[in-house]
Amino acid sequence: MILDSKIPSGPLENKWDKHIMDGKLVNPANKRKYEIIVVGTGLAGASAASTLAELGYSVKAFTFHDSPRRAHSIAAQGGINAAKNYQNDGDSVYRLFYDTVKGGDFRSREANVYRLAQVSANIIDQCVALGVPFAREYGGLLANRSFGGAQVSRTFYARGQTGQQLLLGAYSGLSRQIGLGNIELCANHEMLDLVVIDGHAKGIITRNVITGSIDKHSAHAVVLATGGYSNVFYLSTSAMNSNVTAAWRAHRKGAAFANPCYTQIHPTCIPVSGDYQSKLTLMSESLRNDGRIWAPKNPGDNRPADLIPENERDYYLERKYPSFGNLAPRDISSRSAKEVCDEGRGVGETGLGVYLDFKDAIDRLGEDVIRERYGNLFDIYHEITGESAYQQPMRIYPAVHYTMGGVWVDYNLMSTIPGCFVIGEANFSDHGANRLGASALMQGLADGYFVLPYTIPHYLAEVPREPAPPVDHPEFTKAEEEVVSRTKALLENNGKQSVNSFHKRLGKIMWDKCGMARNKSGLDEAISEIQALRQEFEEDVRVLGAGDNLNQSLEMAGRVADFFELGELMCRDALAREESCGGHFREEHQYEDGEALRDDENFGHVSAWEWKGKDQPQECHKEELEYERVKMVTRSYK
Amino acid sequence: MKVTLRVWRQKDGNSEGKFEEYAAENLNSNMSFLEMLDVVNEDLIEEGEEPIAFAHDCREGICGTCSCMINGKPHGPENGVTTCQTYMRSFKDGDVILVEPFRAKAFPVQKDLITDRSAFDSIMQSGGYITARAGSCQDANALPVSKEIADLAMDAAACIGCGACVAACKNSSAMLFVSAKAGQLNLLPQGQPEKDSRVVKMVAAMDEAGFGNCTNQYECSAACPKLISEEFISKMNRDYLSASVKGLFSAKAR
Amino acid sequence: MKILHVLFKSSIGKKITMAVTGFILFGFVIGHLTGNLQIFAHPDKINAYAHFLEALGPGLWLIRLFLLATLVIHVWLAAQLTLENKAARPEGYQNQITMRATMASRYMRVSGVIVFVFIIYHLLHFTVRITHGLEAYPNTVLIDGTPVRDVHSMIILGFQNPLISIFYILAVMLLSWHLRHGLVSMFQSIGWQTRTWSNALNKIVIVVCVLYFLGNALIVAAVMNGHVRIQNPQVAGYACRTDCEICGLHNAATIVETDDVSIDNQS
Ligand SMILES: Cc1cc2nc3c(=O)[nH]c(=O)nc-3n(C[C@H](O)[C@H](O)[C@H](O)COP(=O)(O)OP(=O)(O)OC[C@H]3O[C@@H](n4cnc5c(N)ncnc54)[C@H](O)[C@@H]3O)c2cc1C
Ligand code: HEM
Ligand code: HEM
Ligand code: SF4
Ligand code: F3S
Ligand code: FES
Repeated sequence: MILDSKIPSGPLENKWDKHIMDGKLVNPANKRKYEIIVVGTGLAGASAASTLAELGYSVKAFTFHDSPRRAHSIAAQGGINAAKNYQNDGDSVYRLFYDTVKGGDFRSREANVYRLAQVSANIIDQCVALGVPFAREYGGLLANRSFGGAQVSRTFYARGQTGQQLLLGAYSGLSRQIGLGNIELCANHEMLDLVVIDGHAKGIITRNVITGSIDKHSAHAVVLATGGYSNVFYLSTSAMNSNVTAAWRAHRKGAAFANPCYTQIHPTCIPVSGDYQSKLTLMSESLRNDGRIWAPKNPGDNRPADLIPENERDYYLERKYPSFGNLAPRDISSRSAKEVCDEGRGVGETGLGVYLDFKDAIDRLGEDVIRERYGNLFDIYHEITGESAYQQPMRIYPAVHYTMGGVWVDYNLMSTIPGCFVIGEANFSDHGANRLGASALMQGLADGYFVLPYTIPHYLAEVPREPAPPVDHPEFTKAEEEVVSRTKALLENNGKQSVNSFHKRLGKIMWDKCGMARNKSGLDEAISEIQALRQEFEEDVRVLGAGDNLNQSLEMAGRVADFFELGELMCRDALAREESCGGHFREEHQYEDGEALRDDENFGHVSAWEWKGKDQPQECHKEELEYERVKMVTRSYK
Repeated sequence: MKVTLRVWRQKDGNSEGKFEEYAAENLNSNMSFLEMLDVVNEDLIEEGEEPIAFAHDCREGICGTCSCMINGKPHGPENGVTTCQTYMRSFKDGDVILVEPFRAKAFPVQKDLITDRSAFDSIMQSGGYITARAGSCQDANALPVSKEIADLAMDAAACIGCGACVAACKNSSAMLFVSAKAGQLNLLPQGQPEKDSRVVKMVAAMDEAGFGNCTNQYECSAACPKLISEEFISKMNRDYLSASVKGLFSAKAR
Repeated sequence: MKILHVLFKSSIGKKITMAVTGFILFGFVIGHLTGNLQIFAHPDKINAYAHFLEALGPGLWLIRLFLLATLVIHVWLAAQLTLENKAARPEGYQNQITMRATMASRYMRVSGVIVFVFIIYHLLHFTVRITHGLEAYPNTVLIDGTPVRDVHSMIILGFQNPLISIFYILAVMLLSWHLRHGLVSMFQSIGWQTRTWSNALNKIVIVVCVLYFLGNALIVAAVMNGHVRIQNPQVAGYACRTDCEICGLHNAATIVETDDVSIDNQS
């Protein structure tokens, strides 16, 4: 397998323009004849599908959800970055680029990130034009706020529901194209395999989750926009149905999977309350703008927060990172919280939590201002915990939130399978080892609105101009049969344990051994435990009901099966990466003071893993990361 | 704590359904309602019975997937929350809880508690958008929007498309949903060029989908997990009336 | 035609039509009540008024036709809305609670239908005049000598039967209740209700409805307790008075004064 990143030559600032000019175009009259499948209708998928349809391609959009509007992009709260410099505080394309590269701990591709920063401004224009009700100032202009890891205010937001509003904007554009007949929407269709013919992606196999029917769809190109895989941890801030299956099936068909071990643990989530917990809820990081994080100085101090005097509190982020303080990047904040709890200074019943305190902000700004800024977040907190954050500090704890890793793609966002493009959180591209807040929404929309529509013609113009292959092609039949037999095997397994119980156990292994901090022996153990668990799953899982109608256990079973393989690969990747960087912290590799110790010389690369067959370890390929512009420095937020 | 559930079970859209009773035991009051159903389902699987199918995804009150009629109220006893954000502390030990699917002709039951709400998508496809081609837009700050309007539009835009308004309405009317979307876009300056055609098309699509007619009872607003105000219905009525009148009298291009 | 489609076929259009017809009907009943309140004045007042209306001839028929059409449309659309709304939920709930909907709003069809039945009876009673015997529909002459129907007495005679009176009171009560929802609803349906004044609107409507009910009920009650009495001597069975300038029939003031004595004075 050769990893050709196809980064254009020339100075950083001109690469994208040059690339656009160098690429071939598809004749407008011919666009209709090209069929493109877009799997996933989140921010990335919806924006891509609608833009491609606007350009004239025949698009088929797939989602396993009942409506495109349910994609998990809807849950993003905090905001979206863009280098607009509307605040006149010194922001620029270069600064956004630099912050993102630095935030990613110098493990992302320079050219991709620069392009992302370049198109970021257009995203805001586009979204506003679509009617996204971003927050405004009294004068009618757009408001901004600052967000973790940045010292300028470049984050646009819509109350605490930015992702929802952006998704609904993209969904409205998608809906328009569906109404016009330019896009065929296949909701309730879960992609269960990718069809590759002569080395090119030519279609997918889906299961209609309502009727159970297995269908074949062919096209000239397949775009995967299927989101992240945080749910491998069982408990995460992802939606219950988020999964890796689409990306994983592409991986098994030849798409390299890059940096799987880079997972982001978000510092401000509502702590787990019990064993029955099914899902973790994020409290937007924007809370850190006004909230102060602290824990008791003394281990075991379980007095109520208001009885702990000021001098017995440890505002540890402010103490350790005076210049960024409570706004230190996510990986750093999360790890600090874990350290505090490991020292026995955690708060709440489980001892797994720290305080996020608004008392000072309320004293300074008044409750109304705080309500205006964070009212809905405080409401969510109240709904879930029954506590009021106006009266007592919130309890927070880190939780898995985002996966920087994903399907490897080149500068054109094409995977190692020609014709298979991957966008949004599903690819590995722009965030390196750690994603900065408010940049995933930016990336998803950048990919969908402004990158893929330019790069996909490069590929289409190269393939022979002939109709998409018929769905009775032997490769389709083969893939369909595999899907059918996989489904059948699950249903006929007649084991004893529920899918959920396996998922929970897998999640625990992952969280304990491949979570916030990792070490060799733990990862080794994890790999064998996962293998054993997978074995047990295959022998003993119980999936009731039938395949020919709505069967949620069956859907979950397929997804969990893929999570086992992914989990194992994540551990392998974490094991191989003998350094600490961003979301990947190897306990063996840290400075005296506990800060992450990067090893640029040996690990300044992307690890892209190639599928070698079931029960066979994947092979690692390296894409060296070359920094032409920025100097790799130790990331310091002190 | 423990409760008794009376749950609607229905194999699929073509089958008859009926209520079944299940005991849910060893519950914790901090559990969400859906986590309670998870527990019941694990027990059912253990006993070899098919688990209760219920719609859910984000479990944080934003995706609009969850949709149970709990004790006669969409999304359960609390106001302004979704089913997934309903916690067992809202119930008493020993309660009998009746769980039904949302019911409307336009929302046919697909299985147990899951209904097909794609009619909402059809309405959106008919006109729930502002036409803005990628790449064709002016600078975002070139068009100031007063804070009042932006905030009001955001109030409307908070709709999560759950369908509780339809479920609660005695007439199964979708007015609150449609008016929230149409209202958001019609309020904003960006939405003005398509304002009239939008409301006319969306209302036509709504009617076509088989929803009932609004008789201004405001149950929808009371059941809405985002507490969308019935004022948007009033606004949509106004917009619709003015669009129709204008359509009658305005000069038309060839 | 498109506008007809909008007004009679689209859901919002139907509501607007309901509102407009409802408003016209409301206008009528308010006007009608004002007219009827003249019963508290000299009988000539209301009798002359009725005569004036009758004298409109084709004009009256136009108005009647218009009102009839309005009512028919209102009822027709109400029926259509009801049927559609029933059809929109073929399989009902085992349990559905009510959160905000007022009783008035939930029983619009009931109140409407009873009012409708009332209207039919009422027309037969006072307009077609066949519910009672001929003696319940007397004639008289105005002060200027014009022969007219004695509507004043007709009303009083009409309310002699307590059952009928109670039916009337019940009907106007239901109508007021109908209007209590209808009048607010009307503003919502045409889009004139906003958060800013919906509270005020609600209160105004309640006051209007209560006043409307009291106005009507007052008429019936006043007749029932004898406060408003027949002043047509022929109907009441008095003798002709000699001091009458035209035919001696007609002098309310005297009749009232001599009320009790007059019976003795019969000739
Ligand atoms: C709670 C939360 C808060 C966040 N807050 C922020 C924030 O403030 N700022 C920020 O920038 N980012 C934030 N993020 C991250 C960001 O929201 C996501 O990374 C981003 O929205 C992902 O978009 P996407 O389009 O790639 O995927 P998604 O929105 O997850 O969409 C995936 C789509 O793929 C479909 N799909 C998946 N698998 C299949 C299959 N097999 N077959 C068919 N369809 C399939 C799904 O149906 C769905 O339509 C947040 C994330 C979470 C979870
Ligand atoms: C058979 C007789 C009648 C029936 C079945 C009937 C039924 C209805 C119904 C169902 C509504 C709709 C309520 C809503 O959607 O909110 C309504 C509204 C209304 N009705 Fe009637 N009605 C009848 C007679 C009358 C009469 C006689 C009057 C007036 C004197 C009247 C005045 C109104 C008004 C003002 C409205 C408000 C319109 C609106 O909702 O926008 N109705 N009626
Ligand atoms: C106490 C209450 C009422 C009294 C005393 C009363 C009295 C009368 C009288 C006397 C007439 C006949 C007028 C004439 O002969 O020219 C009449 C006609 C009529 N009334 Fe009433 N009415 C009452 C309430 C109502 C109500 C509540 C309604 C409607 C809902 C109503 C609707 C009508 C109509 C439609 C006519 C026929 C008008 C015409 O076309 O001639 N009335 N009423
Ligand atoms: S208006 Fe409210 S109840 Fe209706 S779909 Fe939207 S959020 Fe749900
Ligand atoms: S409850 Fe129904 S009647 Fe109208 S105001 Fe709401 S849609
Ligand atoms: S599951 Fe998403 S709103 Fe309830």
